[in-house]
Amino acid sequence: MKGRILGILVLLVWGIAKSSFEARLEQRMENTRLGGFKLTASLRQQAGQAGFIAALGGLRATVADLLWISADSAWRKVQYGRMKLIFDTCTAMQPRRVLFWDISAWHMAWNGAAHIANHEPDPVARAAKMREFFLLGKDFLERGIESNPGSWELHDRLGMLYHDKLKDSENASKSYEEASKRPGALEYTRRFAAYYLAEVPGREREAYARLMALFHESEHEWLPTLFRHIQELEAKLDIPDAERIWHAVVKLANTPGNESSAYPGLVDLIKTGSREPAVVEAARALEQKMDIPAARRVKLPPHK
Amino acid sequence: MTSGNTRTAAAVHASAHKLFSLRRTAAIATNTFRDLVRQKVFYFMLVFGLIIIGVSLALASFSFQGQLQTVMDVCLGAMSVFTMLLAVLATAMMLPKDMEDRTLYTILAKPVSRFEYLVGKLAGVTMILVVATLLMTAAFFVVLHFWQGREIENLQLTEPAERAAAAISKIKAGTFTPTLLGGIGVILLRSIVCAALTLMLSCFATSWLFTVIVSLMVILAGHLVPIARSVWQGPLGAADAPFHIAILMRLITVFVPDMQLFNIVDDIAVGISVDAGVFLHIAGLGAGYVLVYLLVGWLFFAWREL
Repeated sequence: MKGRILGILVLLVWGIAKSSFEARLEQRMENTRLGGFKLTASLRQQAGQAGFIAALGGLRATVADLLWISADSAWRKVQYGRMKLIFDTCTAMQPRRVLFWDISAWHMAWNGAAHIANHEPDPVARAAKMREFFLLGKDFLERGIESNPGSWELHDRLGMLYHDKLKDSENASKSYEEASKRPGALEYTRRFAAYYLAEVPGREREAYARLMALFHESEHEWLPTLFRHIQELEAKLDIPDAERIWHAVVKLANTPGNESSAYPGLVDLIKTGSREPAVVEAARALEQKMDIPAARRVKLPPHK
Repeated sequence: MTSGNTRTAAAVHASAHKLFSLRRTAAIATNTFRDLVRQKVFYFMLVFGLIIIGVSLALASFSFQGQLQTVMDVCLGAMSVFTMLLAVLATAMMLPKDMEDRTLYTILAKPVSRFEYLVGKLAGVTMILVVATLLMTAAFFVVLHFWQGREIENLQLTEPAERAAAAISKIKAGTFTPTLLGGIGVILLRSIVCAALTLMLSCFATSWLFTVIVSLMVILAGHLVPIARSVWQGPLGAADAPFHIAILMRLITVFVPDMQLFNIVDDIAVGISVDAGVFLHIAGLGAGYVLVYLLVGWLFFAWREL
């Protein structure tokens, strides 16, 4: 009896001492993005009793994976409602798994909406239902970003959703801008932030400055989309002729040793609408100088 | 004269007998390890192997993304459950078995203290757990290596070059990481804590079945400790919970180990890096549990009539 009483006393003293340590450690782990999973009553309903107990017993990731596989079969059976419920559970169980948020949003905003587009005959209902699916996708991405603020991928997908589905270039630009600030972000995110800003009414001046900054940054950025946006903005903002982009490219083309980098720029200028005789002449001169076969020479697009 | 000599010899013997001997403890630990090996506890490796091979084959027939991640999750989950079950079952049966076949009485009749006996037993189980974890880790790494290659191949075939290169370098940098090894270390530590807990319970329990059931219940309740803590330490505070619930939650946080703190592999598997400080804190907490459970087990066992 004496031993048992002593034992329980030791457990009590240890228990009091360790509980505050455990609370601090839990807080520290939360601060370092560990343990984002929260046990909730709704999760209990979604995961089912067995799944919930398994999740409690340390099999949370495995349960989430098994549910994820079942979402795949729901997709094959075109059960978008069931998929949404499964995705909610999976993302609640593994909130740090970026792929769950990304694919859940993609299924809702792209596949789900496409299903409506193909099967809803009434145009008004079709537009409304498709928008619902877009917003479901957006909701997944926004919640995913909340759980994974360092993920460039989720910001990137949100940008794509804003631009391609919700036709909101301003927020698309903002999302790509956010993506580009995160570690590991691919280069195009920075470009897209500037490109989509060019589509926002009222922000042309800011967009023009950013696009020109990209243009001056490196020839690596000289892409057809950049030239197209810059030329459109030059016209829109009535930029003086002497400051227009084609001057810089033609100048480069006329500097010996820069032919191979200037030529693609000239081609892109022509392809994206430039009709300046100096641009066409410089391109033709370089084609001769670089001995580019006739079949591969740039063709002038017909006038609109 | 004769009785005086006997007394002197006994006194010399007593002073020569150390209260705690590492040699004696090591002997008990080695015997425990051998005994468990003889009981074919490693047969569970077959089941583990079947699970990971089965999962690999099953995944191959699905076309969803993230198979590598799923393999990782399932293998780590299986390791976590297997080591925990091995720890509880192997430990729960040790004391009753030693009592049943009277080995315990033979050992304690020798100059071996009950504390040495318990430490030796726990060390023996720990050896088994270390070997089991190493074997499972080896099997896990073989399967992971296979799936890593497969995922990279898929990315090269399906994604544009820039995206594929970024994803591949991410996979390469995020699969076999020191953090993953640290996570496996935490799985091992968690199983040793479970073994110590079970040993403590078996020191006063009368049957191994009781020990197994109570241990598993405590471990399961241990995963609920964060909820219990949030009831009386959270933003709502204990004031919002009924009095008896608040007391119960407080008792749980005091007497039950917080097993969620040892449950970090799920986050590690998704690539979250864990700083060394967190690992050290978890290791310290685990060591604290083992020592306390050992001490309490000894207090229960020291006064127990055998």
